[in-house]
Amino acid sequence: MEALTAIVIGVLTAASVYLMLARNFMRFLFGLVLLSNAANLTIFASGRMTKGAPALVPYGEDAPIGVVGNALPQALVLTAIVIGFGLLAFTLALAFEAYRRMNSVDTDEMRFAEPKEDTSK
Amino acid sequence: MADHSDPNAPWKTLSGIGTSAITAALFLFFVQYLPTVASGEPVRWVIPWIPSLDINLSFWIDGLSLMFALLITGIGAMVMLYAAKYLAGHKQYDRFALYLFSFMLSMLGLVLADNLIALFVFWELTTFTSYLLIGFSHTDPKSRRNALQALLLTAAGGLALLAGFILIGVTQGTFELSELNAAGSIAGQPFYMGILILVLLGAFTKSAQVPFHFWLPNAMAAPTPVSAYLHSATMVKGGVYLLARMHPSLSGSDAWVWALSVFGAVTAVFASFMALRQTDLKQTLAYTTLMALGTLTMFLAGSTGYAITAAMTFLLVHSLYKAGLFLMIGVVDHATGTRDANLLGGLRASMPVTAAAAAAAGLAMAGIPPFLGFIAKEVAYAGALEMRLMLFVVPMALIAFALMFAVAGIVAYKPFYGPQGELPHEPHEGPWPMLLGPVVLGVLGLLFGLLPGVAAYWLIEPAVAAVMGAPDVGGRVKLWAGFNLPLLLSLITFALGFILYRVHLDLRERLARIEARAPDLDAGWDVFLDRFMAFTKLQTGLIQTGVLRQYMFATFGVFAVTVLVTLLARDVGGISLALGGLSFMEWGVALLIVAGIVLVVLTSSRIVALVGLGVVGIGVALIFIMYSAPDVAITQLLVELLVVVLLALAFLKMPQLDPSGTQSHSFANAVLAGAVGVLTTVVVLLVVDQPFDRRLSDFFEAASWTEAFGRNIVNVILVDFRTLDTFGEIAVVGVAALGAFALLKGFARARNAKGEDK
Amino acid sequence: MNSVIFTAAARLLVALLFVFSLFMLLRGHHLPGGGFIGGLIGAVAFIVYSLACGPAEARKALRITPEVIAMLGLGIALLAGLFAFFMGDPLFTGQWYWVGGDSYETAAFSLNSVLVFDIGVYLVVLGGILSLTYAFEEET
Repeated sequence: MEALTAIVIGVLTAASVYLMLARNFMRFLFGLVLLSNAANLTIFASGRMTKGAPALVPYGEDAPIGVVGNALPQALVLTAIVIGFGLLAFTLALAFEAYRRMNSVDTDEMRFAEPKEDTSK
Repeated sequence: MADHSDPNAPWKTLSGIGTSAITAALFLFFVQYLPTVASGEPVRWVIPWIPSLDINLSFWIDGLSLMFALLITGIGAMVMLYAAKYLAGHKQYDRFALYLFSFMLSMLGLVLADNLIALFVFWELTTFTSYLLIGFSHTDPKSRRNALQALLLTAAGGLALLAGFILIGVTQGTFELSELNAAGSIAGQPFYMGILILVLLGAFTKSAQVPFHFWLPNAMAAPTPVSAYLHSATMVKGGVYLLARMHPSLSGSDAWVWALSVFGAVTAVFASFMALRQTDLKQTLAYTTLMALGTLTMFLAGSTGYAITAAMTFLLVHSLYKAGLFLMIGVVDHATGTRDANLLGGLRASMPVTAAAAAAAGLAMAGIPPFLGFIAKEVAYAGALEMRLMLFVVPMALIAFALMFAVAGIVAYKPFYGPQGELPHEPHEGPWPMLLGPVVLGVLGLLFGLLPGVAAYWLIEPAVAAVMGAPDVGGRVKLWAGFNLPLLLSLITFALGFILYRVHLDLRERLARIEARAPDLDAGWDVFLDRFMAFTKLQTGLIQTGVLRQYMFATFGVFAVTVLVTLLARDVGGISLALGGLSFMEWGVALLIVAGIVLVVLTSSRIVALVGLGVVGIGVALIFIMYSAPDVAITQLLVELLVVVLLALAFLKMPQLDPSGTQSHSFANAVLAGAVGVLTTVVVLLVVDQPFDRRLSDFFEAASWTEAFGRNIVNVILVDFRTLDTFGEIAVVGVAALGAFALLKGFARARNAKGEDK
Repeated sequence: MNSVIFTAAARLLVALLFVFSLFMLLRGHHLPGGGFIGGLIGAVAFIVYSLACGPAEARKALRITPEVIAMLGLGIALLAGLFAFFMGDPLFTGQWYWVGGDSYETAAFSLNSVLVFDIGVYLVVLGGILSLTYAFEEET
């Protein structure tokens, strides 16, 4: 399954890069969501994928029996998902506020911090 | 007078007397090392700093560093006392005292450091404190400009120096100067030329050798005590110190001899003519300092006993008389309100002590016996006669010393004798704190001249031994060395100097005319800086377009290229795509995700895009469920839900996805996106092909219940094994939430308050 | 959303979801769940409520402003970590106390800093997400 996941990750990354290169800020946000998913899957797949054996210690035992899913990448991905959400929310708020101020979602028009140089000089 | 001081203002106890007293105490501290060092034993302290990189805070007292340390603290104490009176009542005096004291400490660190990296840090600290002191009159644009010029030039040299030091460390395997010097010359080894050029760049900018000389006269924008201390006695000698310090390891090549002889001699002669040309006495002294720096550099080109003794003796005598003269000019400036050589005259009657101190310093500068300056000149000629480029060095030295004789007359004789000119103030004698320095320094110049053995035994010979890297035979520093060629050259110097003094007014006019036609490096600097700024602006315009998608394109492009190059360079071989044995379910989930992606990418409807994102999220969650990650799957599903809710809420008030004119599906974007996607897949495939290291996971599985009393290993990792990480992560969540909240609510509130909200 | 059925159902659903979120929080150490998941479920509960009855009503039901909840959670998590430091262990080391026994098997129940930390996580996630969502609801 790692190979198939790698392909899924590639498609996710390609789509997110394509969306993040768009002029529309909302597409950029979609790209960000997809990129988080790609990153999470990458961490998950690098820790190897085990089918149907959650990383739980059965009652009455001191350690899991047999091979179970790798818990470490799961812990990393779990927090990454929540942080990714925080990042998305922040970016969304930024986009929203930018839209309210500049009345545009076209990033080519958003030149508040780096205004166009006056080239006539 | 630009210094806004009030001579009747009270003393500042802490910043004035306090700093001076501490510096004097440091002087006494270093005095106690004189016997040890004179007997040929260096003292060393080491404090490990970054041991893994062989960078230590190590200090080393030998003859050379001790002489510098004594000059720095001794002159420093007197200059600080002087400044307390000179700038009394100045409203930023405390700041000045802080800068001056910081400089003193940095300079001490510079001359005592044994580790090249530590030396570099102190080197740059002196550059920064010098910048602050030159720009002390910060309301004056000229002062700021000159400070910046000095900073840029010397800091650029400092960077070259750092590169040179790192090359030394890498090729020689040590950053410790004591070890380097003990190992002898590295001439002829690989990278020697590179090291030499880089170190010389640093030393020449710091010590203001032609063609980097122009910052030093401009640095005279600083208050006079600063000029006396930094830009004459100590800091500008940093470059000379470095050349002397690294003499054992860097000298011994033709390049060393030629570079130092030529740059030093040209600087010395050029500066002496320029000194004669000035009418502002402070500028005159600035150029004579340049002359001294050039002379010192020139003598360090040699490796014979007389050449090094000449450098060390001249270094000592110059620090004494030049600091004294600068301080004296400050007293005169204070008393009369002018520093113009044409106006000053006949001050001897009203300022007898100043006149006496000036006479002592001036006689030392002119090299008249029995002052130490005479001995320095004798030794210098003896050294010049021994040097490789003798036919070049001796005439250059003769011209420079003769001009120096004439300038000594202009600075120390003319203002005090002859008719008194029209002065802004009626002259009066300076207060004792301002006279102490010039008098002590003048007396020392005379005492050392009368008792040359004392200066030689305690100061000069240990320093010479340190530079030569071998015990010094001594016996060269003598008041009377017999009838010999140096004495004859001295007599020619006096005669030539006297003639030059008599015709100096005439000569000055001719020099002014020549100067008017010569290219002006100082003005060239401004042009260079303007061009450079224009270039950076152009370059910024090219790179920083202000368009987000161009930044993104560059970022992803660099990512794709670096990954591709790494893959090719590492020759990773083939990749295996094991897709056999997958169930219908697994293919289904993958297809579901891809379908969702296609929806998001192709649609121009916001709702369809949201549905697509939801599908992708659920597909990913399904992968987590199938592959033993229930916690992650639940989190993924919940977050996916929240993402959709949040986006939907925001989209209520935002425009359609593609208002006219914002479509930007371009072919280049698609190609780059495809490339990044394929590369990512390849990298992930390569990663999962590597043998897997389960040590960490094995530990967590074994310890989860037995040590942390939890059966859900994922949760135990989160809240027990890696709690600090989790804490950081929830802090990020909290900050992101607060930030978004502030963005949305804060601005809205501000708008409401202004009444702009519709 | 002015749907009577949704509004009525929402009240019931919120209570159920909220209790479920606490359940997920508490069982997290042994079974799938924990502070992150519990906090997310709790947030979903109040978001459903605010969608049904409006953010003003939902804020009232929550009683404390969500930003305060988030910061409170961060403080609790920090205290749980500092507690180990005061007990002489490295920061954020789990501290366990057995009530009615001297090990997991014999004790009736345990007091531990790990659960306190997880409660902190729960509150941060709950408060953070609610403050975001409410801000979006109110400002859009």
